[in-house]
Order: sequence, then structure tokens, then C-alpha cells
Amino acid sequence: MKICNRAALLAAVSALAVGLPAAGQAQNITIAVGAQVTSLDPQYHALSPNYAVAEMLFGALASYDADGRIEPGLAESWKPVAPDTWEFKLRPGVKFHNGNAFTAEDVAFSIARPPTVPNSPSSYAIYTRAVKGVEIVDPLTIRLKTDGPYPLLPTDLAQVAMLDKETHEGAATEDFNSGKVAIGAGPFRYVSFRSGDRLELERNEDYWGPKPAWKHVSYRIITNNGARMAAILAGDVDMIDQVPTNDIARLRRESRVKLSEKDGLRIIFLGTDQSRDGESPYLSDNDGKPLPRNPLRDLRVRQALNIAIDRDAIVQRVMEGSALPSAQFLPPGTFGYVPDLKPAKPDVNVAKKLLADAGYPNGFRITLAGPNDRYLNDARIIQAVGQMWSRIGVTTNVEAAPWTNFVTRRTKQEFGAFLSGWGTSSAEASSPLRSLTATPSREKGWGGSNGGRYSNPEADAKLEAALTELDDAKREVLLQEATRITMEDVGIMPIHIQKNVWAMKPNLVHDARADELTRAQDVRPAAK
Amino acid sequence: MSLYLARRLLQAALVMLAMSLIVFVGVYAICDPVEILISPDADQMERERAIKALGLDLPLWMQYLSFLGNALRGDLGRSFVFNEPALQLILQRMPATLELALGATIMALVIGIPLGLYAGLKPKSFLSKTIMTGSILGFSLPTFWVGLMMIMVFAVQLGWLPSTGRGQTVEVLGLRWSFLTRDGLAHLAMPALNLALFKISLVIRLTRAGVRETMLMDFVKFARAKGLTNQRVIFVHVFKNIMIPVVTVVGLELGSTIAFSVVTESVFAWPGMGKLIIDSINVLDRPVIVAYLMIIVMMFITINLLVDLSYSALDPRVRLENK
Repeated sequence: MKICNRAALLAAVSALAVGLPAAGQAQNITIAVGAQVTSLDPQYHALSPNYAVAEMLFGALASYDADGRIEPGLAESWKPVAPDTWEFKLRPGVKFHNGNAFTAEDVAFSIARPPTVPNSPSSYAIYTRAVKGVEIVDPLTIRLKTDGPYPLLPTDLAQVAMLDKETHEGAATEDFNSGKVAIGAGPFRYVSFRSGDRLELERNEDYWGPKPAWKHVSYRIITNNGARMAAILAGDVDMIDQVPTNDIARLRRESRVKLSEKDGLRIIFLGTDQSRDGESPYLSDNDGKPLPRNPLRDLRVRQALNIAIDRDAIVQRVMEGSALPSAQFLPPGTFGYVPDLKPAKPDVNVAKKLLADAGYPNGFRITLAGPNDRYLNDARIIQAVGQMWSRIGVTTNVEAAPWTNFVTRRTKQEFGAFLSGWGTSSAEASSPLRSLTATPSREKGWGGSNGGRYSNPEADAKLEAALTELDDAKREVLLQEATRITMEDVGIMPIHIQKNVWAMKPNLVHDARADELTRAQDVRPAAK
Repeated sequence: MSLYLARRLLQAALVMLAMSLIVFVGVYAICDPVEILISPDADQMERERAIKALGLDLPLWMQYLSFLGNALRGDLGRSFVFNEPALQLILQRMPATLELALGATIMALVIGIPLGLYAGLKPKSFLSKTIMTGSILGFSLPTFWVGLMMIMVFAVQLGWLPSTGRGQTVEVLGLRWSFLTRDGLAHLAMPALNLALFKISLVIRLTRAGVRETMLMDFVKFARAKGLTNQRVIFVHVFKNIMIPVVTVVGLELGSTIAFSVVTESVFAWPGMGKLIIDSINVLDRPVIVAYLMIIVMMFITINLLVDLSYSALDPRVRLENK
């Protein structure tokens, strides 16, 4: 009897002992991310991992919800009060981690700072450039003047973290990394940062929004896919992002983890050489002799190449189902999505006929270039496309190279066609239309990533109109028209939109995000 | 002796100069770092600004000369990515790599020498044959594969050791070390062993060969004839003689372990210099690449020098003379 009692007591004590740390652990979370956080200065290097961290520590006037729609952030509301003036109403009662109140002065300071950050390899100034004048109406109201109507201002400012004027005046990027001035108004406070290793955060008890579930967050950077997978399988971390596609099938059968998925905003597409009219070293006839004219300038050839691509096969076989075949820039439900623009059914005969009509009944030879370390399965996608094109008589020479090398080749136009990707963080069709397919122009800042130098004045005109249209409904129609014109002219050949996949312990719930950001405030313990 | 040192230092300076030039031209030939670093949203104007901000708009020879000027003042440039002095970035990561490399080297000596000694003294025994066969595996299995297998077995299946990363650290002399905490040692064990496998095999083979050769020498026979105990013959007379090749190789290996622990560091997500250099090469962060390689060259030169000096201590026949 006595022994029984003691055993019962022991069981009770050990249950308590086991129970206590478990209850403590529920307050902590360790997340491993696959991309490098390069700086805690939220206005130094425009890069999505840095942006995810800025969303945890700082916050902006507006932010994006899980679907990529814009929602109020540190500003409660905004509206145009004149064609060239936006008025932002700030959220009252917001405090920075050091207790300072967030006011219009801070907004003015935060918008003025990006162009002054020294040595920035990719400046946030592109998001503040539209602001030509600032007028502080009262501590919670600020008016921003633009050069003519500029509907994208709230979207642009969603990328710009809000800083505390008093703390951050004259602060250097290093002071953020060392933690000295890593002070924002975000849901988490800075604890420590070891570059290339981990960022430790704790809950901001005075946060204006819903309180995060975690007292302590360990945000670890594990760039190696195998190491990240091992860490979640071994239970060293609670959650990982960027689950490699070839492990997804296995993880679905694994009881130790569960997955969260979301259609992303990253389109994988092919571009074609539109810069040359005549001969190109990357296009030749079947005997290897240069072609007198660039066949890719002929719409029928582009259509033939486009219809030869079996997108379903690529999505099923190469991407293991973690992508969405696409015929436009963005996934359904986003601003500027064209509902009836669907991927064409692959058809070898139609493609061959189009080629014959264009004067290439026996096809030609083309060099298809792409990176092999940048996008999910990038090299395998271009190999698959190469086979599909060869089937219609276009002998494809596939050249996959490391990203650093490929980018140079793309800039120098060393390709017949190329594979690339585009992430539209604003979930708004104006971003890809402006950067990927608009006629390159330094003055307008268009076509910055238009690798093939595609140009279509008709689409440009629609885009031009959309960029100054303050009425959202009208603007969306204009963007849809521009998208349709570009896609029907095969300005680019979209292949698929990637799905974002996270893996986590089964006792967690995650609101998967379209924009690939991994943020601790999106995770919480599952309700018991 | 001082002339000898002076000459070595001059050589070192020349090697470093040549190396920095090669890296500069090499990175320049690959690609423009701005293309990699810049946000795809950026337009042409922003690209031009970034190129100017990083000083990449100047001709290469001007960039190189200004780098040399700064280097003479001890400033190896600021990282394009982190906007921090490259030297500081590398030195921050150095303790992690050093403890990994030293851990591996200690493992190699502690495990390799006794096994090699045994295999050399009793070459016919079954255990010796097993040791020698095992050492072939240690040589020939690729590090990244062994690393992944170790993670699969010890972390994922058995759950004995943490899978990746560096453990808790404590600050000593202004640097963060993890080998002083229990958690840190648990994290260190697998990557250090993984890195040590090749070295253990090497030490086993060197020790065994040395023992077998030395045991037949006249002085060993003489020592035995003098009536010395077996222990004294082996651990004093034989041991001293076989240590020369072992010290040479382990010394040189230490250099390459520190410099090229890249694979192990990537597999185990170990935040050391190796991972930094790989990340930096991926984004063409030239100041960090140049600074890293200069430090490595410097380190090799120092290690070689120390090996030479320790020769003369171990073997009185070797003299460092100025010929």
C-alpha cells in the first residue's frame, strides 16, 4: 500500500515536472528560415527576409494581409484629398518600444530617411520617391504630395518601416544590427542578433494590435535545405519555411510535422529576345547557320512556343504539385487578375502549324538560358521546356548557370529565350507590368527587369493610364486590359505560380502568406 | 633567425598582394554585384545610384588602388551586403570556426594516435586490420554525405544530439565561445566529428607507418639491448620520431580545416567563417571575399612558419639557417 502511494506520488510529481516545462515551452517558438536576414536596419537593403523582420520589429503605415491585400497598419485610414495629395490618419496611442509616442513627425522622418542611408545596395528610396512634399496637419494626420495623381502611394509606403525620429536621427545601419536602436512599434522587441545565425525577439506587451502568442521567438537562419529539414524532423525547431518540393510528398506522410500552404505571388516565366531584329548568335537554322531575321519577333512563333509548353506536366512532374499553372502575372483573387485568361491546352499540331505559317516549317535552333540555384527546380523546368520545344521542331540548347552568372548573361542579351521569376509583393498587377514587360525607359523608371526588351505601345498606354487613375475600380480594369494585351501578344510566357510551403509541429497553427514572408505573429498554438 | 623571419614576412606580403589582385579581377569578371543585391523592383535610376554608392562605377584599377590604400591602413572595406567592416564580420565568425577546427583536430589526435600506434605495433591482429579498413572509409566517404547521415541517425532517428546550429555561448575575452557550455558541446560534437573523420584516418595511417618504420631502426634495437622497458622504448624513443610527420600534416591540415570547413558548416548550419564565405560568394560580396582570403593566406603562412619552428624543436638535426 505504501509502495503504491509512493508510486502514485512519484507519478504525480513527475507529471508536474514534465508539465511545467511544457507549459513554459508553449510561450517560446523557434522558427528556421531559409533566406539570409542581412540587416536589422529596415531601410537599408530592400530584400524580403529583411522586410519580414521589419514587420515583426517595426511595422509600416499599411501592411498586407495573408492574401496580399493591403490593410491598415500604423495608419488607420488614408484617402486622396486632392488629385496629388494623400492624407493618412495615424493610429492613436501607438508607442515605440522605448515608450515614445508615434506621431506624424516620425512619419515625415521615416519617409525622408531611405535616400540618405549610406552604401545601400538596394534602397527603399524607390518606395518613397513619389513623395514630393510633406504637410503635417496635426500629430495624427499627415498629407503627402505627389507629382500628379499617384494611386500606388499606400502600396509603396507599406514597404517603408516607421522609425522613431528621436531615436533614429543620425543612427547608422550598424546601430540597428548591434541592437542599440533596434526600436520600433512592432509586435516584438529586439533581444539579440547574430548575423547569419539567429535573431532573438520577445513579445511587445504594449503592442497596439492583437498580442502575439509567443513570449520569446528564436528566428534562426538555416539556408541549407537539408539542414533545415533535419532541424524540423529532429524537433530542434518548431517551424521551417521554404520546404523543398521533393520533400513535400514525404512530409505529408510524416506524423511529426504538418504543412501549411498558400498560392504565392511569384510567377515563373520565360522571356524571349525582342531586342534584335536581325541575326542573333543564339538563334540559328537547323544547320547551325544564323537566321537573317529574329524569328521571335514574329507573334506566331511566340504563340507556337507558348502553346508547346505543357504546364500541367511541369507542375505535376517537376514541381510535385506545389505550383499553379498560369497564363498571367498573378494568382486568382489579386488586384488586376484577368478571370478568363487561362493557360492554353498544349497542342503540338497547332504549334507546328503556327511555325509553318511563320515560315519555319522545320523549326530552328534556340538557346534557352536560366539559373540553376535561384528558383525552385529552375534548371529542371528549362530542361522540360527544352524537350517540349524540341517536339515541335525547335531544337533547344538548354544552358543553366548559377544565378550570378546568368544575370550577367541576361543583361548582355546572351540568350534566345530565358527563364526568370518575379515576386509581386504588392499583389498588384502594376508591379510586373511596369518592371517586366513595359518598354524600358530610364525617365519613367519602366522595364527595369525587362530582360527580353519586349515592347508594346498599346500595353504601355494602358499602364500609363492605370498609374494615374485614383479610382480603384477603373484602375483594375486598365491593369486587366494591359495584362490581356501583353499576354495575347506573348510578351512573356508565364509557366506557373509557386506555392509557398511551411512545415511545423502538429500543435501549431499558421496563417500561410501569399508573399512568402515568415513572421512569428502568424503562428499560434492549436486550440486544445 | 631574424633574417629568416624577415624573409618569410616579405614573402607573405607578396603572396597577399597577388591574391587580392586575383580575387578583384575574378569577381569583376563574374558579374556586377549590384545585379544580385538590388531589389527587382528597382528602376534604372536606382541601379545607377547603387552602383555609385558601392563605388563600382570607377574603373577596376581605380577600385583596386583605393582598396590597397585602405588596406595599408588596416581597412579592408565594408561588406556590400551588411554595411559593416569586412574584417569585423569575419572576426565575429572566427570563434565558431576555430572551435570547430580545433575540436576536430583534438579528436583526430586523441583518437588517431592510439589507434595508429596499436595498428603499427600489432599489424597482424584482427583489430588492426579493422582499424585500417575503417580508415579507408574515413578517407573516401564524402563529408557532406557523412554529415547528413549523422544528422539522420543521431538527431532525427535517435534524438541524442541537436541536428544543426551552434549552442549557447559565453563571452570570454570579448568573443563568444560555445565549447564552455553543455549545450554548446552537444551542438559541437557532430560537426566536429564529421570534420575530424578524414583527419583521424590520416593520423592513424601516418602513425602506423611511422611506428612500423621506426621499430626496425637500430636505435630501437639498441634501446631494447640497453634493457629499457617496452613502454619507455615506445612512448619516448619511438614516439618522438614518429611525431614529426604527424605534426607537419596535422599543422597543415589545421589550416585547411579552418579555411575549408565550408561543407561541414553548410550541412550543420554552423555560423562560422566558411558559411560566411559561401554566402558572400553567392552574392558577390567582394570586400568580404577579399578580406577572408587575405586572412586565410596569412593564416597558412603563420601555420607553415610554426610548423617549421616546431620541427627544429622536435628534431635537433633541423636548423633554420639563412642559406
